[in-house]
Amino acid sequence: MLACHPAKKLSFNRSISDGDLVIVYEKHESMKAVTVCEGSVLQNRFGVFKHSDWIGKQFGSKVFSSKGGFVYLLAPTPELWTLVLNHRTQILYIADISFVITYLEVLPGCVVLESGTGSGSLTTSLARAVAPSGHVNTFDFHEQRAESARADFERTGLSSLVTVKVRDIQGEGFPDDFTGMVDSVFLDLPQPWLTIPSAAKVLRHDGTLCSFSPCIEQVQRTCETLRTRFTDIRTFEVLLRTYEVREERMQSLSEDGDGSNGSVHRKRRQCSDGSYVLSGSPSISSVMARPCGEARGHTGYLTFARVKCVS
Amino acid sequence: MNEGNSSNGRVTWEGCSVLLDINDGDRLVFARLSPAAKLKIGNKNCSLQPLIGRAFGTVFQVDTAPGGPCLSPAQVHVTNAEEIGDGQGNDEWRDKVNVNSADEVRDGAVNVESRDNRALVDNNTAQSLTGEDIEAMRRQGARGNEIIEALIANSATFEKKTAFSQEKYRLKKQKKYAPKVLMRRPVARSICEAYFKKYPSKIGFLRVDTLSLLLSMANVSSNSDILVVDMIGGLLTGAVAERLGGTGFVCNSYFGQAPYSMDIVRIFNLSDEICKRILRSPISDLLSPKESSEKILQHDVCNVEGQSNDQISASVSMVENSHSSENGISDIGIDNTEPAIEVRKAPKAGERAQKEVIDSWKENGFSSLIVAAPELDTWTVVKDLLPLLANSAPFAIYHQYLQPLATCMHNLQLGKMAIGLQISEPWLREYQVLPSRTHPCMQMSAFGGYILSGTKICSTANSATPTD
Repeated sequence: MLACHPAKKLSFNRSISDGDLVIVYEKHESMKAVTVCEGSVLQNRFGVFKHSDWIGKQFGSKVFSSKGGFVYLLAPTPELWTLVLNHRTQILYIADISFVITYLEVLPGCVVLESGTGSGSLTTSLARAVAPSGHVNTFDFHEQRAESARADFERTGLSSLVTVKVRDIQGEGFPDDFTGMVDSVFLDLPQPWLTIPSAAKVLRHDGTLCSFSPCIEQVQRTCETLRTRFTDIRTFEVLLRTYEVREERMQSLSEDGDGSNGSVHRKRRQCSDGSYVLSGSPSISSVMARPCGEARGHTGYLTFARVKCVS
Repeated sequence: MNEGNSSNGRVTWEGCSVLLDINDGDRLVFARLSPAAKLKIGNKNCSLQPLIGRAFGTVFQVDTAPGGPCLSPAQVHVTNAEEIGDGQGNDEWRDKVNVNSADEVRDGAVNVESRDNRALVDNNTAQSLTGEDIEAMRRQGARGNEIIEALIANSATFEKKTAFSQEKYRLKKQKKYAPKVLMRRPVARSICEAYFKKYPSKIGFLRVDTLSLLLSMANVSSNSDILVVDMIGGLLTGAVAERLGGTGFVCNSYFGQAPYSMDIVRIFNLSDEICKRILRSPISDLLSPKESSEKILQHDVCNVEGQSNDQISASVSMVENSHSSENGISDIGIDNTEPAIEVRKAPKAGERAQKEVIDSWKENGFSSLIVAAPELDTWTVVKDLLPLLANSAPFAIYHQYLQPLATCMHNLQLGKMAIGLQISEPWLREYQVLPSRTHPCMQMSAFGGYILSGTKICSTANSATPTD
C-alpha cells in the first residue's frame, strides 16, 4: 500500500501484477479488496471478471466482464482500505482518523502505541504517518482479532511498520520496555481511564495522547484522570457533511427568454424527424449542490492531552 | 546538523523556531530563538535567551533579574503533590480556566454551592488596593503571584463570590500581573491553529481538521511526489513536507512567473533533508512536453494554459503584495534584531525544480494533488493539473466556497476523468468537560471550508473533456 520500495510507487509505468492488492470500484461506496491471482475470477452483479485480464493493466483502468459490465481497478490507500476492510469491530472513519493523526502530531519516525487494534482502520493510517522509519505497536486482548489484523497488515504490505500484540492493556497497562520511548498513544477502550497512568509512563516528554469514546460519561472520567499527569486536555467531536451535485433545469420566469439573462437556454426537443425545435417555456440550467440527506450523526468524542512537562 | 533540529526535536536550540502562547492563546507569537531576540510582554521587554535549550511544553513567567526583566521556567504550583511524586513537577497550572479550574470544586462541591451573586454590586469600591499601592509593591520586588494574593486579600467581595467566579477573578489578575508564556513546537497542528485563530484570511480560512483531511485524502505518505498549488502562504507545503519526512518531493507549483509566498514553511522546524524535498516549479514547465516522446494531448493542454497565463499572473502579484504589506503573525521584530542568524539558519526550502526531476515527474506522474488556491478558478486548475497525476492517484481540492467545487466536480464527472468524487464539509465542535458542567463550548468555528476529493482514472481513448 505504501511506497516503501520506489519500484512499487504508483506511476504511469507501473501495471498490475499477479499477487497485487487492488480495490475494485463498482460505484461510489461500493468497493471490494481483491488480491489478483492469475487463474481467479471476480463475480459480481456486473458479470464475471477474469483476473488474467487485469494483469498488465495500469492501476486506474476500467475493465470489462464477460457480459460487458465494468469496474475500475484502484491502487489501495488507507482511505480506500477503511471503506473495504472486514469489520470485526466498530471502526474509525476518515474524519476522526485524519484529525487524530494531525492532532497527535504523528510524524515520520514516531513511535505510536494503540489499543485496541480492532479492525485496523486507524492503524493503517498511523502506519502511513510514521513511515518510513517509525513504528506502530498495536495491542488487542482478543487473540483471534489480533491474528486477523496481522493477516490484514501482511496483505496491505504494512507488516514492517506495525507490530500486533495480544495484551489486555486496560488490565495490564503497556509493557514496561516502552517507558519513556513513545511519541503518541491512542486509546479506544471501554474504560480508558484505567490506562492513563500507564500511558503517562510510556510517553516521552511532551508526548501526546488521544482517547476515543462514544459516550460522554467515559469522557468525563477520562478527563478527570488525565488532569493529574496531563495538560492541554481538549475534547472534540468531528463530523463530515457530504454534498450531492446535480445539474438541474429550472423554468425561467422571464417573459421572453432572450436578452435579460445570459445563461438562458431554450429547451430543445427532438422531433420524430430528427430536427430540433425550441419549446415554449425557457429554462435555466445550473449546477447545484446540497447536503446529502443522511449522515453519520455521532462517532465518538476525541479527547487529546499532552503529558505534563516535568523538568 | 544539530541533532535537535528535526521535526521530532523536543528541546529548543539556537536558531530554532518556536510558537509562544501568551496567557492561554491571548497572544500567539512565532519567534526564532537567538541570544539577541526580545519579546515585549505587557510593558516589559524580555530576552528570549533563557528559552534556548529548554523543552517544548515548558511554561515561563516574567521575573525581575538584575539585568532587567527576563523569562524563567514557571514556579511549580503543585495541585496534587502526592501524584507528582518528586515534587519537581513543572505543573502547567491553570492551563485553561475551563479545564483546570475545577480543583477546588471537584468532589461534588459543585452541586452544593451555596454562594451566589445576589449581594454583589458593581460600584468599583470592592478593591481597596490602589494603583500606587501595587506599583509600590512592585518596586519592592514583589512577584506577580504575591500581588495577586494581595489583591484577593484586599478585595471586599472575593469571599462572597462562587468558586467559579473566584477562579475567573484569579485568572484575570494572573494574566495582568503574572503573565505566562507557554513554548510550543511549531508543527502543522499548532501553526494552523494559531493562524486560524489570529489571521484566518492568510491561510484561506483553512481549519486544522480540514487541513488534516486534505493530507489524508491525498494519501500523503513517505516516498511520494505530491503536487500542490499552495496560495495559503506555504502552510500546505510545510504540512506536506512534514509528513514526507525527507523522502519523496512536494512540488509547490504556480501559474505565471512569480511563485506564491511560502513564508509559513520557515516557521516549521524542517530539517535540511526535508527542506531539500520542497521544490518549486512554474506549471508551464510541468505541462511542457518532454523533449523526445510526448503525446499530442499534452500540447493541447499547454496551449490552453498559455492563453490564461496573463490573467492569472496579474492576480498573483496582488497576492504577493498583500503578503508583504501586512505584518506576518511573527510580528514582533525578532527577525529584524538578528538578521545574521536568520540568514544562516533559515532553511533553503523551495529551490526551483531542475529538469531531471521534472522529467521524472512527467515520466511517472505525481502520486497525488492538493490544491488550496482561493483566487484561481478551480476547474481550470484541476483540468490542467490532473493529467500530471499517475493513474489511480487521489486528489483533494480545498475551497472556502462550495460553488467552484460543485462546478469542478460536475465537469470531472462529465469528462469521466475521475471517480469516487465527493464534496465534504468538516464540522468540528469542542467540549468543556468538567464535573457536572460538561457541554459544548459556547464559541465554535462554524465553518472550516469544503473539500472536493476523488481518484484520477485512466483516460479512455478520446473522452471529450467538457469545455469551460
